Amino acid sequence: MAKGSLRINEISNAANVLLNVIFILLSFLCIYPILLVIGTSFAEETYLNVVGYKAFPKVISLDAYKYVLSNAKPITNAYIVTIITTLTGTVLSTLMIALYAYAIVQQGFKYRRFFTFFIFFTMLFNGGIVPWYIVCTQVLKIQNTLIALVWPYLINAWYVMVMKTFYNTTVPSAIIEAAKIDGASELKTFFRIVFPIAIPGLATIALFMTLRYWNDWYLPFMLTSDPKLSNIQMYLKRILNNLQELLNSSSAAMQAGSMLAVVPREGARMAICALAVGPIVLAYPFFQRFFVKGLTIGSVKG
Amino acid sequence: MVKTVVKQLKDKAIEIKKKKSFFKDLHDNREYLLMIVPGVLQLILFNYLPLFGLILAFKTVDYSKGFFNMDWNGFKNFEFLFKNPDVFTVLRNTLGYNLIFIVTGAIVPVAVAVGLSLLKNKTGARAYQSFMFLPYFLSWIIVSYLVFGIFDYRLGIFNNIISGVFGREAVNWYQSPRYWPTILVLLHIWKTFGYNSIIYFAAIMGIDSELYEAASIDGAGVWKQVLVITIPSIKPVIVMLAILAVGKILNADFGMFYNVPMGSGALMPVTNVLDTFVYNALKINGDIAMATAAGFFQSVVGFVLVLVTNHIVNRIDSAQALF
Repeated sequence: MAKGSLRINEISNAANVLLNVIFILLSFLCIYPILLVIGTSFAEETYLNVVGYKAFPKVISLDAYKYVLSNAKPITNAYIVTIITTLTGTVLSTLMIALYAYAIVQQGFKYRRFFTFFIFFTMLFNGGIVPWYIVCTQVLKIQNTLIALVWPYLINAWYVMVMKTFYNTTVPSAIIEAAKIDGASELKTFFRIVFPIAIPGLATIALFMTLRYWNDWYLPFMLTSDPKLSNIQMYLKRILNNLQELLNSSSAAMQAGSMLAVVPREGARMAICALAVGPIVLAYPFFQRFFVKGLTIGSVKG
Repeated sequence: MVKTVVKQLKDKAIEIKKKKSFFKDLHDNREYLLMIVPGVLQLILFNYLPLFGLILAFKTVDYSKGFFNMDWNGFKNFEFLFKNPDVFTVLRNTLGYNLIFIVTGAIVPVAVAVGLSLLKNKTGARAYQSFMFLPYFLSWIIVSYLVFGIFDYRLGIFNNIISGVFGREAVNWYQSPRYWPTILVLLHIWKTFGYNSIIYFAAIMGIDSELYEAASIDGAGVWKQVLVITIPSIKPVIVMLAILAVGKILNADFGMFYNVPMGSGALMPVTNVLDTFVYNALKINGDIAMATAAGFFQSVVGFVLVLVTNHIVNRIDSAQALF
């Protein structure tokens, strides 16, 4: 952090104030839309219909949430799908990436150049979505299964490269050599010695993969048609395009609707969105520095 | 006669030895191979196997015949593709947006990173960075909701301000294509600039502070230092990201172009890009021939472009090339 700040010439105080104002504005622009959705989800419906969407509504009501949660089944189901796929996807992909990257940095591995190229090439050239779609549906036949929401993303060339750089820069080869002299096998060396040292790097990869699976709508969109397999993003996508689906989703919701003076149509839409974005916004302060660290590792060329 | 037999035997012996040494190599490397097997299988299935699918672009797709027995049809699929009345618009949009994204993607995050590095209050810098990074964490579906909250005709924030504050007539944003190029460009910047500025910021922090001291002794002011030290020092990162972006110039961000306009047909002339076009051909119209041809075009041209850009960069300054 300190290196850049040691410069002898500093900017003037006026320039510093101006820069701060610009950054405050930019920061505001980045969070305002999220506040808008969350704020609107707490607005009372008749008030909302008069004044429009508000980040800080003056008439507050929990009706939208009551309404959405009166028929909690679809959203609970979507959450369960998201949690299952995110957990399995993150664990499997992190392991796969960690092992692949470890093997291709070992000097003793005869084919490491070939397999480095083998994965790097996929960053440059791909067949596009049509052949990919045909492989998934005609060869592997994974459409309309839970597996389809996990399997296609398991390896990621970019993260293998990031992890490769991480091993090269932070895992001292002397330790690995010492373990080998003591007669430990490669796999044993990896799990007993390298793994604990590499945890910061692995945690970063795991976080990126968690985000990828949590935010994924593409796989369910492309490979499933069964609403039961909709994860939270896919469920949101369906509601976005068709608010009616939320409003008519069950008689329970209609009952709840009839008990409320006004059916919170607009509020409910934003409440669903707030429920989906909530975990990310809440977890964000704790995790974002790991992402920053991960990006910093990744930016080292090699 | 004897000589040739001896030679044959010798050759055979060498061959056996070679084979043996190959298997010995495999055996010696078995643990490493075991480590990469899951990844290799994954790459074969989802990355290499689809490459064979590229030849479908030259075939009449008919699943009932099986992959290898489908009939060749030369360039008919491509003829189909380029005769499509939408294809010009689609290519124009894809290239146009991506060119703008490459330029804004180089300028905005670099400017932000330089600005952050100049701030005197370092805690502030870290806080701003956190806020600006947040949009990267949202899926395009969530972003579609946010955009809807801003541009909805009846309740959106913009129309609220236009008719409520300025007393003008509300704009039907989702039916007015002329606003969307600007909206989409700003949205793209909004979603990515925080992420990219972190990469540049890290690069700036890695610059040797002695360079600044020396420049300062030579009488260079802060802004001059930015121009002669900071920007040239992070040029490799800018170039690397630009090469990667050029290689993807025919790949539009499907998540953004498909979700954010919320399926509004009126916006299609400015939101239809190759990826949405391919998707519609594949899944909506069932026009697989055109989809494969468009996909082939996208992949092959993209690959050639990466190689060409990298080659040019290599010629100019080999240290900054990607490979």
